[in-house]
Amino acid sequence: MSYIQGETGDWEVVIGLEVHAQVISNAKLFSGSATEFGAAPNSQVSFVDAAFPGMLPVINEYCVEQAVRTGLGLKAEINLHSVFDRKNYFYADLPQGYQISQFLQPIVGKGEIVLDLPDGTSRTVGVTRLHLEQDAGKSLHDQHPSKTYIDLNRSGVALMEIVSEPDMRSSEEAGAYVRKLRSILRYLGTCDGNMEEGSMRCDVNVSVRKPGDAFGTRCEIKNVNSIRFVMQAIEYEARRQIEIIEEGGKIDQETRLWDTTKFVTRSMRSKEEAHDYRYFPDPDLLPLELDAAWVEDIKKTLPELPDDKKARFIEDYKLSVYDAGVLVSEKSKADYFEAVAKGRDPKLASNWVTGELFGYLNKAGKEIEESPVSAGNLGGLIDLIADNTISGRIAKEVFETMFETGEKAADIVEKKGLRQVTDTSAIEGSIDAVMAANADKVAEFRGGKDKLFGFFVGQVMKATQGKANPAMVNEILMKKLKG
Amino acid sequence: MTALTHLTMAEALDGLAKKEFTAVELTEAHVRAVEAVRPFNIFITETPDAALSMAKASDERRAKGSAGPMDGLPIAVKDLFCTKGVATTAGSHILDGFKPEYESTVTSQLWRDGAVMLGKVNLDEFAMGSATITAHQGETVSPWSPGAPGAWDRKIVAGGSSGGSAAAIAARAALGATGTDTGGSIRQPAGYTGTVGIKPTYGRCSRWGIVAYASSLDQAGPMTRTVEDAAIMLRSMCGFDPKDSTSVDMPVPDFRAALTGDIRGLRVGIPKEYRVEGLSSEIAALWDQGIAWLKEAGAVPVEISLPHTKYALAAYYIIAPAEASSNLARYDGVRYGLRVEGGNLKEMYENTRGAGFGKEVQRRILIGTYVLSAGYYDAYYNKARQVRTRIKWDFDEAFKSCDVILTPTAPSTPFAIGEKMDDPVQMYLIDVYTVPVNLAGLPAMSVPAGLGADGLPLGLQLIGRPFDEETLLRVGQVVEKAANFTAVPPFVA
Amino acid sequence: MSLDKATVAKIAHLARIKVPDEELESLAGELSQILTFVEQLNEVDTKDVPPMTSVAAQKLRRRKDEVTDGGYAAQVLSNGPETAEGFFVVPKVVE
Repeated sequence: MSYIQGETGDWEVVIGLEVHAQVISNAKLFSGSATEFGAAPNSQVSFVDAAFPGMLPVINEYCVEQAVRTGLGLKAEINLHSVFDRKNYFYADLPQGYQISQFLQPIVGKGEIVLDLPDGTSRTVGVTRLHLEQDAGKSLHDQHPSKTYIDLNRSGVALMEIVSEPDMRSSEEAGAYVRKLRSILRYLGTCDGNMEEGSMRCDVNVSVRKPGDAFGTRCEIKNVNSIRFVMQAIEYEARRQIEIIEEGGKIDQETRLWDTTKFVTRSMRSKEEAHDYRYFPDPDLLPLELDAAWVEDIKKTLPELPDDKKARFIEDYKLSVYDAGVLVSEKSKADYFEAVAKGRDPKLASNWVTGELFGYLNKAGKEIEESPVSAGNLGGLIDLIADNTISGRIAKEVFETMFETGEKAADIVEKKGLRQVTDTSAIEGSIDAVMAANADKVAEFRGGKDKLFGFFVGQVMKATQGKANPAMVNEILMKKLKG
Repeated sequence: MTALTHLTMAEALDGLAKKEFTAVELTEAHVRAVEAVRPFNIFITETPDAALSMAKASDERRAKGSAGPMDGLPIAVKDLFCTKGVATTAGSHILDGFKPEYESTVTSQLWRDGAVMLGKVNLDEFAMGSATITAHQGETVSPWSPGAPGAWDRKIVAGGSSGGSAAAIAARAALGATGTDTGGSIRQPAGYTGTVGIKPTYGRCSRWGIVAYASSLDQAGPMTRTVEDAAIMLRSMCGFDPKDSTSVDMPVPDFRAALTGDIRGLRVGIPKEYRVEGLSSEIAALWDQGIAWLKEAGAVPVEISLPHTKYALAAYYIIAPAEASSNLARYDGVRYGLRVEGGNLKEMYENTRGAGFGKEVQRRILIGTYVLSAGYYDAYYNKARQVRTRIKWDFDEAFKSCDVILTPTAPSTPFAIGEKMDDPVQMYLIDVYTVPVNLAGLPAMSVPAGLGADGLPLGLQLIGRPFDEETLLRVGQVVEKAANFTAVPPFVA
Repeated sequence: MSLDKATVAKIAHLARIKVPDEELESLAGELSQILTFVEQLNEVDTKDVPPMTSVAAQKLRRRKDEVTDGGYAAQVLSNGPETAEGFFVVPKVVE
């Protein structure tokens, strides 16, 4: 447990998350308009999305399938009978005056997510439910000094609201939760997890308590759109609440916003008044009935998910828990690794992928999909090491060039003449020259100063421009020095 | 030859087929009739130009031999159906200036089958009412009102909410009209005006493009002067629509073929609980007469029990306002219709909706908001839905021992404008016989059966099994023939 | 059930309908009358009776995931009381 130190002692922060994940689909949840991001304002809007008189919703089957797939991926109960309700409230970007959502009977019930924490441990967080609902449009407040502009392109896009239990106890756990959930959604292909484009948004419920006490009053921080902000908002909000309580105040249950420029949470004025959403079953829709066999069919098509993949990497490739965790965090990384490892030493493949490759990508600010070094080319490099064409040290140099130019390892080795020297006589020649030039050190070595061995290796490698086979250098050098 | 505006649809189709007159001639006669009924405030929007060009196209189709089942028939459209490029008001100030860019499924099917649009007719605002007196565009006066147009002795209501549709047909300003029925809004005005109206089974007609009042109850249907015409028009209005999740994918029968006149052995249910307080003696007598007619035709009357019927109105006045409060949330001054500015968004909403909705609509939105609000949901809304289930069960049980049910359409003859208006609950009681049908989703129709002592029409209601409109129509035509209702309103165009 | 003025004002606000103060009293009376009328439902035994959502005895139909609609911003905006640069426009909203 990581407690927060207050004036009056330790405090525990309690966090629950509601993640809104945009469903990957061609068309909207209840209308046939497109869902693509970044289109001209109101160009992806039907009369249904804009709630014109007499317009009616018809559900998109694929969105239902995606929700079921996600539920299965979260090891959750799938409710074969679920109901769409109207959540009534007025807002400029909510054309119907209600959001079609699921209240009492969601499509997915209890599930779980296993968090991989930075210290290598894992922890299971409960998922309370997942339900399908419509997204609202977008309000733009900065286009005009006294007006708000409304774009309904997003209105009616399918969202999955995934609600966690209040099981998290630190901002790190909350961060790990969002990362893991995003990873699972991406594996499943049900949400692209792109937080900058708003495909994934978090409402963060934060309360604090003295360890062992009952839950405190929570505040909900709405619409946080990056993992970093989720963590920062929790840190700030927990401190704020602790200060208020320690100064004798009490927490008002309210909706707050994370201010991304001032790094504070603040009360949301527009949401001040008490809500009364007047949920009731949408009479334009019937209950959603799923066929158990249909759900089974979806289950059969589920991909291997991160937890299973991680276990397999540890079991089959003998990778460390840490490396396996890093590699499965994104499906594209895991796929890359497996392509490199195929028919090669998995440990070596893992080292190259998590070490050099991720390091270079990170520095270049690139995703693995954009890597200039393909999995095949990295495999080629490893093959050159394995068959002693180049040494590990030269390989790093070759990799740098590969990353810059995208060329194949063998071509670079050929062009630059980096092929490893394995000719005994050539190596002996270099060793002899080094020993002759350092007769005094040879004497010292022979006098018992063993540490000088490294110096000789270095000199020989320098003389051969690193191309000499290190194992051979060691062996011959030792033999000659011991004379 | 009968004046063109006095023909039935069946007769008009016959005349068109025999080239006795053209669709343009038929339409021109009706366009003049539409002008003649202006004092009654029946049409909100007249569309004579569109009517004539549609009629011309109809004549061309007929000349090529490709006439549809309603080709050339001029009809009126309740102003609750969205019509492309033609103002659609729902009788409300809040839809000021709204011209839909789309056509409702039901009207587009009517045009597909060749019908000609004369214009959009009046209704109670958002179909909430029983008299067609709450529209922003004013009240519709029934052509049955005694006295000269504009100087009536008594201004009689046309019923509602489809009062404009009923009045247009009764006044011979249209051969038929579309209506919608949420709690009796087709059958009650049909009864009040001596016309025929059918509320089909819930799911028969698409709700797409019809301004919603209460989604689980709303259903469109035809209003005509004869049962045969209703059968003709119903066939065009029905049909599966993938754009409406509650539309039922079932074949549409040729309803006209069901009009065999043979009801021998058919069991006609007479609900014992319907002899309610407030049922006028002349209506009770008419009801008995109706039973006698059907008996003479070979049907067998059977007493049935619908014990929860008396709670139907109470359940309706929770369920309908609850759905309406949500359905009408979209009228907010942002994307279409009226906007009344305010200092901020919230004020703009409140000003717009305060000015845009009339009193009855506001009342229903407020009741609906209240019964759905935190702490009251179970006591009101959920309770009403449970009672609705019991009402449905009552009908299921009753239809085990009968094939069709006969009741009065309304407990009294139409009242005059100004009467019954102070007390909303008194007004609601008019729908006592029609509302249970909507709660159970059943098909029902009103057939003119006679005149009251005041010279005003009275109707009988028939209720059928789900999707058995055919039996309904067959029995309806037997009642129609027996009643031989030939009375004509004091004013006809 | 009898509603007081304050409750009516509250639900009017929830429904975003401006009701002038002087009308609250009479509106409270009318709404109370309706609520009293509907309270007769308490006489009905509804123990174990499922609440009805829809009379339509069918499953919810689902459509294919195909783009078949939208792409007509001009029509969507054509009825707008205030629009600019392809957007609907409302008074400034402060979040």
